[in-house]
Amino acid sequence: MSVISIERASRWFGNVVAVNDVSMTIGPGVTGLLGPNGAGKSTLIHLMGGFLAPSAGTVTLDGALVWHNVDVYRRVGLVPEREAMYDFLTGWQFTLANARLHGLADPEAAATRALQTVEMTFAQDRRLDTYSKGMKQRVKMAAALVHDPAVLLLDEPFNGMDPRQRLHLIDLIRRMGADGRTVLFSSHILEEVEQVASHIEVVVAGRHAASGDFRAIRRLMIDRPHVFLIRSSDDRRLAAALIADGSTAAVELDGRERALRVHAVDFQRFVLLLPRLAREHRLRLYMVSPSDESLESVFSYLVAS
Amino acid sequence: MNTTIAAITLRAMVGRRRAVLLLAMPVILLGLAVALRLTGVAGVGTSRAVLGAFALGTLVPLLGLIIGTGVIGPEIDDGSIVYLLAKPVSRFVIVFTKLVVAVGCVAVFAAVPTLAAGLIMAGDRRGLALGYGVGALVGGAVYCAVFLMLGVLTRHAVVVGLLYALLWESLIGGYVPGARTLSVRQWAVSVTSAVAEHGAVPADVRLRVAVPLLLVAAVAATWYAGWRLRSLALTSDE
Repeated sequence: MSVISIERASRWFGNVVAVNDVSMTIGPGVTGLLGPNGAGKSTLIHLMGGFLAPSAGTVTLDGALVWHNVDVYRRVGLVPEREAMYDFLTGWQFTLANARLHGLADPEAAATRALQTVEMTFAQDRRLDTYSKGMKQRVKMAAALVHDPAVLLLDEPFNGMDPRQRLHLIDLIRRMGADGRTVLFSSHILEEVEQVASHIEVVVAGRHAASGDFRAIRRLMIDRPHVFLIRSSDDRRLAAALIADGSTAAVELDGRERALRVHAVDFQRFVLLLPRLAREHRLRLYMVSPSDESLESVFSYLVAS
Repeated sequence: MNTTIAAITLRAMVGRRRAVLLLAMPVILLGLAVALRLTGVAGVGTSRAVLGAFALGTLVPLLGLIIGTGVIGPEIDDGSIVYLLAKPVSRFVIVFTKLVVAVGCVAVFAAVPTLAAGLIMAGDRRGLALGYGVGALVGGAVYCAVFLMLGVLTRHAVVVGLLYALLWESLIGGYVPGARTLSVRQWAVSVTSAVAEHGAVPADVRLRVAVPLLLVAAVAATWYAGWRLRSLALTSDE
């Protein structure tokens, strides 16, 4: 059982603040680090893995500072985002080299076990440069698992995977968490994180925006104000009916879009209200389209709240 | 010294197309030596000119540059060094191991060909072959240490290294005698001069100055490379 503690950590590169005063504790089980691209997820993982010094604050593993402490790697396995490996080695040679670098007593047995765990023994004698993206990801995972680490850090592990590889990796990560390991992976896709992580930490623009299980995070995201573009047989009449209800805060006739722009503050109530009003006023709805569903707008709401 | 790191480094070094690059220059040197020998112009003077200007002055610094930066630079560039760094292995061990591999490569691709070229051209006359062979080995080793450090410090190690070799050692060293005291090449010439017969090879830097400077440069560069590798920040694509 290992715990990673980040206390008031910041990291800046020149004038750019990548991680801004973040505090979080990552314990056993699977934690998803969720945030849009460029939110500082990789920087956070590099801080936790001892590959970056925090500009301020501390990052510790079971109480020991991670930076300039190579002994933490006895307990940490890292699956980096970047593709580059020692491509001229076979999967077996690569995994074995990782086991040897850890100074394990029986590196052959450890490499065999790790390759079995990720189900890559069938291709272990092929060179890494002949592997598909998903196969590489699994061998990277095997290399991170050779020393049976208590902590597993995965940087965007699902990037570029096909659905089958994704399912396989989801299963693998779940198993690692069920074994009592402290597993942290980053992703910018909520659905991905929901499927795997029991706990979610959200970062946006370098700041810690939210924390909780996926239900809590989902609720936060759904309960935010929504903007809808609506076209109907009589926009003006629909506008009057909508603004009369408390679930909307503003209704605008958008001449350019030739549609109504509706700001809904109570999402649950609004989605029930709209069809009911349409029926009551004998209006036909031609289009109901959420206009700000980009991840960035979802996340920026989380930061503001 | 870590044998796993040494094995991977060696495979990366001689396994790729770079090996052709490493072989090209020694082959030219040996071809030149054979040609001079066959045409009968390979006297002591010619041998000294070829070994001094081409072997020690060009082959050794260039191979030192390619090999010294090559044992670590590409790994830092593409990020694969993370697999070495995410291990409970001292950063000084990583640097030292890579230096050992680099020096081994310089011995094979620069020092031995220099010795062989010397033997082909001058035979055992005036100890030229052995002198330049040892000079190439010592100089090459120190070039490796310095350029390996550059490989850790900057992504433009090859350019910086070339500037040092061309501007400082060749150009400035050629006009400003004082600059020669701080030139790996001149230190190597000093060693060559000491190993060869007395008076066979003139040297600008005295041996008791050159040897401490060689040692200091090698040790300091290696230590500093390890020190900087401890704090190497991995960048991501994000």
